[in-house]
Amino acid sequence: MKRIARKLAFKITLLAIAVSIDPVLAGEDGLAVRNCTWCHGTSGQGYMVAPRLAGQQPAYLLKQIKDLREHTRDNPFSRQYMWGAVAELDPLAARDLAAYFASIRPKPADDGDSSLAAAGRTIYMEGIPEANIAACYACHGPDGVGVRDIPRLGGLAYFYLKARLEQWGQGYHSGAGTPMPVVARQLGPKEIEALASYLSFVR
Amino acid sequence: MRRPLPAEWTLPRRAFGLRPALLTAVLLAVSPVASHAAEGGAGAKGGLEAKLLYCKTCHGLSAQGYRGYFPMPRLAGQQPEYIENQLRAFIERRRTNPVMQNVAHVLSPSMVSGLSAYFKNLDPPPIGGAPRRSLAQGKEIFENGLPESNVPACSACHGADATGQNEIPRLAGQLYEYTVAQLSGWSKVRGQGTAVDTSAIMAPTAHNLTHPQIEAVAAYVSTLR
Repeated sequence: MKRIARKLAFKITLLAIAVSIDPVLAGEDGLAVRNCTWCHGTSGQGYMVAPRLAGQQPAYLLKQIKDLREHTRDNPFSRQYMWGAVAELDPLAARDLAAYFASIRPKPADDGDSSLAAAGRTIYMEGIPEANIAACYACHGPDGVGVRDIPRLGGLAYFYLKARLEQWGQGYHSGAGTPMPVVARQLGPKEIEALASYLSFVR
Repeated sequence: MRRPLPAEWTLPRRAFGLRPALLTAVLLAVSPVASHAAEGGAGAKGGLEAKLLYCKTCHGLSAQGYRGYFPMPRLAGQQPEYIENQLRAFIERRRTNPVMQNVAHVLSPSMVSGLSAYFKNLDPPPIGGAPRRSLAQGKEIFENGLPESNVPACSACHGADATGQNEIPRLAGQLYEYTVAQLSGWSKVRGQGTAVDTSAIMAPTAHNLTHPQIEAVAAYVSTLR
């Protein structure tokens, strides 16, 4: 765990340097994509704290770009990196980037705790009705594919899924009108670990 | 110290082929949350309020319906008798829906009544979003039916203002995709088992509607307030 934290700190430092010396280069051929993959990984498959974009629902990607530009998605990494990264992105370029990353075949991160996957799947499919925890399946669909502006969750990285689920409960936002703060607030640390583990293996 | 698990928490076994060992693991994993939830008791006010918020996480934060991967119906303004009958139908497997079966299964009878009564007085505007090209045709079907296809006027039972009565549901403002899905698969979902079920009344009508007619009438009722 300590080693992961150290590795993470190193990467974040690198990212911070990279972002500060590399302003948004959207507009010229291929540069906008490269500007995303710099953090989000080769082919947009995600890297450390930067989520996978490959195979994501295009309407969701566009909505996130909008929320980041309007500062309504406000978790720490969004503030630190993404607010600046999308500030100069014009709507047409945003649409093209969303369509491009959505078209790439996603690879599952496979980095959760496999011993928790079965418990996570049960919560995903059924929720925990006794504890008023809604089934993720109702909105995110079979295999966590998502639809429209509801994100694909299947195969995202454990770290990212866990952080996002925790952040809803910690009062961070992402656009208006989403039920996610209410849903995620009910989840305890064990449920979050189980869900993030299960989803990381879904292809 | 972990408190012993009350007997009513046995997770339903039916779905997704869960094995007993796995069930135990899940129960152990969720028990701190579950014990917390049980402290209020299902009949207590806090219990009802928490459960209502849970309903709204899927059915829309003002119960106006929600477009998830599956369309979640509007509950606002719905007839209490209808909601109660449907919750019972999920529990008794007269109506097939894996998510709602799990949801309804853990509700006590008093919780079922409490939840059912609550939604009647909510009145958010319709969620909208239906195609508008065949609203006139939908209005015609709703008000006059299709005599040549043995489809009675919807308004005859659901009321001229589509608010329903008793076990007959309100249709006004209902989510377009939900109404389309229900009318398209009526007999596969509703009226299951041998129990007498009022939903049988709709079976021939749903069957006699063509898909474009279903879309037209679903679009029309979705616009009604």
